[in-house]
Amino acid sequence: MLRLLWLVPALPLAGFLILVILGRSLPKRWAGVIGAGSVGLSALVTFAVAGSYVGATALPDGIFVQRLWTWWTVAGLHPEIAFRLDALSLVMILVVTGVGFLIHLYSTEFMADDEGYARFFAYMNLFVASMLVLLLASNLVLLLLGWEGVGLCSYLLIGFWYQDPDNGHAARKAFVVTRVGDVALTIGLFFLFHHLGTLDVHELMTRASAQWTVGSGLATTAALLLLGGAVGKSAQLPLQTWLPDAMAGPTPVSALIHAATMVTAGVYLIARTHVLFALSPTAMHVVAIVGTLTLLMAGIAALGQRDIKRVLAYSTISQIGYMFLALGVGAWSAAIFHFMTHAFFKALLFLGAGAIIHSLHHEHDIYKMGGLRKQLPTTFWTFVAASGALAGFPLVTAGFYSKDMILGSAFSSPMGGVWLWLGGLVGAFLTGLYIFRVVFVAFYGEPERELERTPGGLIRGPLIVLGILSIVGGFIEMPGTLGGVHILTGLLHRTLPALPEHAATGTEAWLEIAASLASLAGIGLAWALFYGRRATVEGFVARPTGAALRRFAHSGLGFDWLYDTLLVRPYVWLARINRRDVVDRVVRFIGDVCLALNPALAAMQNGRVRWYAAGVVFGAVLLVGLVVF
Amino acid sequence: MTATVPVSYALFLAILLFGIGTVGLLSRRNMLFMLLSIEVMLNAAGLAFVAAGARWAQPDGQVMFFFILAMAAAEVAVGLALVLRLYHQRETLDADAADELKG
Amino acid sequence: MLIAFYVAGALALLATVLAVTRRSAVHALLYLIVSLLSVAVTFYTLGAPFAAALEVIVYAGAIMVLFVFVVMLLNLGPKAEEQEKEWLRLGVWIGPATLATILVLEVLVLLLASPAGSVAERVGPADVGAALYGRYVLGVELASFLLLAGLVGAYHVGRLGKGGAGESA
Repeated sequence: MLRLLWLVPALPLAGFLILVILGRSLPKRWAGVIGAGSVGLSALVTFAVAGSYVGATALPDGIFVQRLWTWWTVAGLHPEIAFRLDALSLVMILVVTGVGFLIHLYSTEFMADDEGYARFFAYMNLFVASMLVLLLASNLVLLLLGWEGVGLCSYLLIGFWYQDPDNGHAARKAFVVTRVGDVALTIGLFFLFHHLGTLDVHELMTRASAQWTVGSGLATTAALLLLGGAVGKSAQLPLQTWLPDAMAGPTPVSALIHAATMVTAGVYLIARTHVLFALSPTAMHVVAIVGTLTLLMAGIAALGQRDIKRVLAYSTISQIGYMFLALGVGAWSAAIFHFMTHAFFKALLFLGAGAIIHSLHHEHDIYKMGGLRKQLPTTFWTFVAASGALAGFPLVTAGFYSKDMILGSAFSSPMGGVWLWLGGLVGAFLTGLYIFRVVFVAFYGEPERELERTPGGLIRGPLIVLGILSIVGGFIEMPGTLGGVHILTGLLHRTLPALPEHAATGTEAWLEIAASLASLAGIGLAWALFYGRRATVEGFVARPTGAALRRFAHSGLGFDWLYDTLLVRPYVWLARINRRDVVDRVVRFIGDVCLALNPALAAMQNGRVRWYAAGVVFGAVLLVGLVVF
Repeated sequence: MTATVPVSYALFLAILLFGIGTVGLLSRRNMLFMLLSIEVMLNAAGLAFVAAGARWAQPDGQVMFFFILAMAAAEVAVGLALVLRLYHQRETLDADAADELKG
Repeated sequence: MLIAFYVAGALALLATVLAVTRRSAVHALLYLIVSLLSVAVTFYTLGAPFAAALEVIVYAGAIMVLFVFVVMLLNLGPKAEEQEKEWLRLGVWIGPATLATILVLEVLVLLLASPAGSVAERVGPADVGAALYGRYVLGVELASFLLLAGLVGAYHVGRLGKGGAGESA
C-alpha cells in the first residue's frame, strides 16, 4: 500500500493535464468531475497509505522513501524525484487531500456559472499536485519545485478573473512579495549545499547535527534564511501584505490556498527542517517573536475590516502566527495540530463566507448583510461552529485543544516565556472579538436584502462535514487534565521530537482556564458591542481618535503605505530615471555602428571593374607585404 | 660563351613588367587597353616561370609557360568577344559605364 | 648573353611603358608586339629557345593579331582618341602608380634577401617536349579542353542575331 504513494501527487497532476489539453472541448460537468475526482481519488489513496503507515511500526526512523528517478546531476548535486512519507508529511497530506477534496466539491457548484470553469479546475488541480509534491519531497530541491508551483498557481488563481485589472494587480502583489521570501529561501538552499554538501532532507539533518554545534553562526544563518522563505509564503511579518489583497480571487481559492494549505507551507518547512532550527536558539526566538507580533497585529487589523473575506484573511495571518509561535518554542507537534484544526475551521469559514457571497450576489460587506441566520440556516450553524473553533470556545471545539496546547507550550517550554504566552492570550481574546463581530453583524439582526439563490447540496455538504470536523477534530489530542488522549502526538512523535519539559498538572489546569476565559471574554465583548444596536461602537468610531484607529486597523496597520513609501516609490523613481535604458543603449550601440558603417561599405560596391581590380591589387600588395615582413 | 644571366635579374624584369601592366590595368578606362594590360601581366608571369625553370635547368618552367599561353589565348578570345558584345550594345568602350551591378 | 639580356630587357620595358600609355589602340598594340618580341629574346638568353619560339609564334603572332582584328572591327576613329585624351589626365596615374611601386619594391626586397643562382644550361625543345607529353600530358589534354571552351564561348558570345547575347539587353 505504501508503494502507492506516488499516486498521491500524480493523480491531481493527471487531472491538470487532462483539463489543460481537453478542457475546452469537454462538457462543463466533466471538468468538474475530473477536477474534483482526481483530488478525491488522491484522498482515497492517502487514506490507504495512512492505514499502511500507521501499521508499519518496523520502518527505520518511521520514514518511508519512494525513489522514482534522479532528476539531474550537476557538480555533486543530484536531487531525486523521491517522495518521503513520515508522520509529519502524512498528517499534512491527509489534511490537504481531504479538505482539498471537500473544497473541490464545493467549487463544482460555486463556480458553475463561470466561463472559465475548466480553467479553474485545471489550476486547482495543478495547485494540489504542487502542494503534495512540496509536502512529500524528500529533498529541498524538489520541495522548491513544489514551492514555486504553488506560488505560480496562487498567482493564476488570484488573478482568475483577469478581465478586472485590480485582480491582476493583487496577483502580482502576491507573487512579488512571496518572491522576496523565495529569494531568501533559495539563498538558504545555496548556503546549505555549500556547507553541508547535500540537499536531501534526511542527510542534511544528519550532517547538520554532526557538524554544527548548538548556537553556531552557520546554523543560525541557514535557519534565518529558511525562515525568510517561510515568512513570505505564510504571510507573516514583514511579508504579510499580500494576503488580504489575495482575497480578490474566487472564494474556494481563498479557502484552499490562502487558508488551509499554501500559507502553511512555511510552517511545514520549519517543521521539516526542525533540526536546523533546534541548533540555533536565536533563530527559534526570532520565529517565536515573529509569530507573536504577527498574531497580535493581524488580530487588531481584523477588527477594522468590513469585507468578510478580509477579516478571514487577517484571521489566517493571525492563526499562522500561532503556529509560528509554537514552532518557535519547540512545540512542533502543537503547531501541526493547530494546522490541522485550523484547516478545518478556516476552510469552513471561507466556504461559509462564499456561500453568503454566492447567495447575496457578490456582496462582501458585512454591514450590508444581516439576518442571515434565518435565511441561510446551514451556513449559519456551520459558521458558528467554525467561529467557535477559531475563538477556542472551551471544550467542545477543536480549536480549543490546539490553541490550548500552543499556549501551554509557550508558557512552559524552555524556549518560551511569560511574554510570549501573554501575547498569545491577548491574541485569543482579540480572535474571539473579531470573529464573533462578524457573526453578530452578518447573521443577526434584520435581513438587509433578499437572497438571490439558496446554496445547494454540493455547497452545504462540505460545510456540514467541515463543521463536524471543527468540533470533533480536537478530540484526538487532549491534555492530561481532560483525559489525556494523545493519538496525534503519538503519531507525530515518530518524526518530530517531543517537548522536553511538561508543566505540572496544576499549572496546566490554570493555563487552560486562562485560555478559556480569554476566548469567552472576547466572545462576550463582541456580543455586547455588536449584537442588536451598536450604539457604543458607532459612537466610538464617530470621534476623531476612533475614526483614526479604525482607519489604522482597516489599512492593515499601515504596512501597505510603509512599503509603498520605502520601497515602491524609490524604485519607480529609479526606473523613471533609467527610462532610456543604459543597458539597452550599449546593446543598441552595436546595431547603430552597423547601420552607420552600411553607407560606407555600400559605397565600396560601385559596380566598376577598375575599382574592383584596384581592390585585388591592394590585397596582393598586403599579402606580399605579409610575406616580406 | 659570354657570362650567364643571373636569374634574379630576370625575375626583377618580370616584376617590373608586371607592375607596368598593373598600372595600365588600373588607370585606363578603355576596355581594350585593360585587356591589353592583362596580357602584359600574363606575359610577365610567364617570364618569371621560364626564368625559374632556367635556374634549375628543368623544362618545367617552359611547360608552365606553355600552359599560360594556352590560357591566355582562350581568355583573349572570349574577352574580345565580350568587348565586341558590350560595344555593340552600349556604343562605348568605357569600362565605368558598365556599373549596373552596383549597390 | 648578358649584354643581350640587358638590351632586350630595357627594350621590353620601354616598349611596354609606351604601349600602356598610347591614346591610339593600334599604336599601343604595335608597341606591345615589340615588347613581346623583346621578351622572346630574353627567353633565348635564358636558355629557353622553345619558349622564345612559342612567344613569337603564339603570343605575338596569334593573340596580338586577334587584338588587331578586333580593333579593326570596332572601327574606332579620331573620336575615340579624343576620348582617350580626356580620360588620361595626369591625376589618373598617381594611385595605380603608387600601388604598383609598393608591390615592385616588396618583391625586390624579397629578391634581394635570397639571391637565386644563374642560368645553368639551355633546355632545348626536345626536353620540353618530353616533359609535356610525359609528365604533363594530362595538363596538355586539359589545355585543349580550355581552348575548346574558349572557342565555343567566344563563338556563342560574339554571335549576332538569334541566340547568344544578341537578343537580351
